[in-house]
Amino acid sequence: MNPVQPRPCTILDVKKESLHEWTFRVASDAEVSHGQFMQLSIPKIGECPISVSAQGDGWLEFTIRNVGKVTNVIFDKTAGDTLFLRGPYGKGWPVEKFLNKHVVVITGGTGLAPVRSMLNEFMAHPDKVKSVHLISGFKNEEGIVFQQELQEWEKCFHTIYALDNDEKDGWRTGMVTAFVKEIPWDEFDGDYAVVVVGPPPMMKFTGLELMKHDVDPEKIWMSFERKMSCAVGKCGHCRIDEVYVCLDGPVFPYVIARDLVD
Amino acid sequence: MSYALNIQQANAVLDEIRKDYTVFAPKRFPKQGRYSDTDIIRYAEISRFEDIVWDTKSDYPAKEVLTPIQQAIFYFTEDEYRESKGPKKPYLVLARPCDIAAQHVQQKIYAGNGGYTDVYYERVRKLVRFAMMECNGGDDTCFCVSMGTNRTDDYSLALKFSSEGVKVQVTDDDFTGYFKECPKAKYTPSFVEENELKVTVPDLDNAEVRKALKTHPMWNEYNSRCISCGACTVACSTCTCFTTRDVIYGDNPEVGERRRVTSSCQIEGFDQMAGQKEMRSTAAARMRFKVLHKFHDYKARFGDSHMCVGCGRCMHRCPEFISIAATVNKMSRAVEEIKAGMAEG
Repeated sequence: MNPVQPRPCTILDVKKESLHEWTFRVASDAEVSHGQFMQLSIPKIGECPISVSAQGDGWLEFTIRNVGKVTNVIFDKTAGDTLFLRGPYGKGWPVEKFLNKHVVVITGGTGLAPVRSMLNEFMAHPDKVKSVHLISGFKNEEGIVFQQELQEWEKCFHTIYALDNDEKDGWRTGMVTAFVKEIPWDEFDGDYAVVVVGPPPMMKFTGLELMKHDVDPEKIWMSFERKMSCAVGKCGHCRIDEVYVCLDGPVFPYVIARDLVD
Repeated sequence: MSYALNIQQANAVLDEIRKDYTVFAPKRFPKQGRYSDTDIIRYAEISRFEDIVWDTKSDYPAKEVLTPIQQAIFYFTEDEYRESKGPKKPYLVLARPCDIAAQHVQQKIYAGNGGYTDVYYERVRKLVRFAMMECNGGDDTCFCVSMGTNRTDDYSLALKFSSEGVKVQVTDDDFTGYFKECPKAKYTPSFVEENELKVTVPDLDNAEVRKALKTHPMWNEYNSRCISCGACTVACSTCTCFTTRDVIYGDNPEVGERRRVTSSCQIEGFDQMAGQKEMRSTAAARMRFKVLHKFHDYKARFGDSHMCVGCGRCMHRCPEFISIAATVNKMSRAVEEIKAGMAEG
C-alpha cells in the first residue's frame, strides 16, 4: 500500500467562515486523531498539508485559507466536486494526558482549526476534563472563524476572545499573550495541560509568557506547521534538527518545541 | 573465487550479465561539462566495458540510479491517481565504497523513517546488487577515511580495473556462473586507508553547545560566499530531499503526471509555506542547516553513522569553491571555542 496514494473524496459542503477561510466538509471514512493532518491533492496543481478541523460519521472538515496554488483552486470547488485526500499523518494532541485536568487552549487566528475537534469533544463530554480555558485571538474581525462554535464554547468554557488591535463588543483587544496572566494557574494545583497553536511568533512569545507565569514546560504542547511535499518523512522540507514535523509532530511537547531551530 | 579478465573477456562477461541485469556505471559524456570542452562523468546504463570510467571519480553520485533527478510517481486524470511502474529487471551498479555507504544512508531515510517505506525507492533498491569498484585513492577532495566509509562488504562483485582489463572477486553465488570460462587469479580487494584530506567531526552531543554553534558567527561567511544554487546537494551522494510537481501533457490538459523532482535545502524558498516568510532566509542559515544535518542531526535520529560519506563531490561542484571539509574543520574549532567558553563559565 503506497502511503502517498491520493484517494478521491466528494465535497459535501462549503462554509465561508471568513473572507479568506472556508471550511470544506468532505466525505471520508478516515480515522483521524485530534490534531492530525491530511494531504489535500488537486491533479495538475499539487498538494498541501491541512489539519483536520472536525470529524464525524463519514465526513471530515478542513478549514482552509486561500493563500497558495492548491488552496486557491480548492476555493473554486463546491459541493459535489472532488478533492483528493491522503493520510491522516503525524502525531496529534495527546488527549489521554489532558483527561481529568484543567485544559488551557491558546490559539492565534486559524490556529483554532487543529484544536476545534478536541474542543468540541470536551464540550460534548464535559466530564472528561476539569475545566477548559480558551484564549482565542484573531488579527481583526474579518479573520474570525468558527463564529457559531465560539458562541457555544463561551457557554461551557472559560473564554477570552480578542482582536489584536480592533475593538468588538464582548471581545478584548490585544495579543493573546496579554491574557495569559488571567488564567487562574494557582487554582489548578498543578493539574493542568496547555495547548498552544498559531503562527510561529505567536507560539514563541506565548511560550515565553507561560514561562513568566511559572507554567510547567512539561505540561505544554504546541502544533507546528511547515512546508511538506510527502508528509511521510522522505522529502525533507519539514525537517527541523533531527525531527520531522510530519512524523514526530505536528504536535510537539514544549520542552522539544522550544529548542528546535529551523 | 577471483578472476583476471582482459578487455575482450570482460566484454563477453558483461554481455552475459546484461541479459539478466541492467548495468549502471560511471560513464563519460563528452563536452557536457560546465566549462567549454570539458566532459561530465555521471551514472548511466553501460553496454561496453570501455564505457566504464574507473580512473576518475564521477562528477555525480551513484544515487542517481536509485533516486533520479526526476521521476513520475503518479499518472493522473481528473478522477484518478495511478501509481507509476518501476523497473522489473535487476540492476547491477558499479560503485566505489563511498557510494555504496551512501545507499545505506538513503535507505534509512526512504525505507522505514517514521514507519513509512517509500515505494519508489524500495522498488528499485530491492533490485540492486553492487559491484564494488576498488577505489584507486580518490582525489584531493576525498575524506572517506575520516567518515568511516572507505570500506564496505556490501557487494556481489569486487572489481580492480587497469588498462589491461579487470580483476574480479565474486562474493555472490548468483554471479559465479558468468565467470566459469574466465581465468582464475589471486585477488582480494583493498580499500583506501588514508586520504590526503582529513576531517575532524566535532562532538555535538551537548545540546547547549549545539545551540551556541547555531548562532556562532562562523556561518556569516556563507552569506557572501554561498550563492544558494544547490549544486552541492545535487552532487551529494546522500541528499534525499525532493519536491513534487504536477505536469500536464500538452495535447490533453486533463491528463498528466505527478513528478518527484530533486530539491535542495540550499535554495531559496525550500521551507517557505504559502503566504508566509521563509524559515531560513539567508545562505548562512541554509548552510548551517545542511552541515548540521550531515554531521549531527542525521546521526542523532538514525544512530550508526554520519550522513556525509566524504565523497567530496560537493566541493568539486561548488561554483564558489566552498569546501565542506574546511567548513567542518572550522566548525570543530568553533565547538572547541564554545566548550572552552562554557568551561570558563
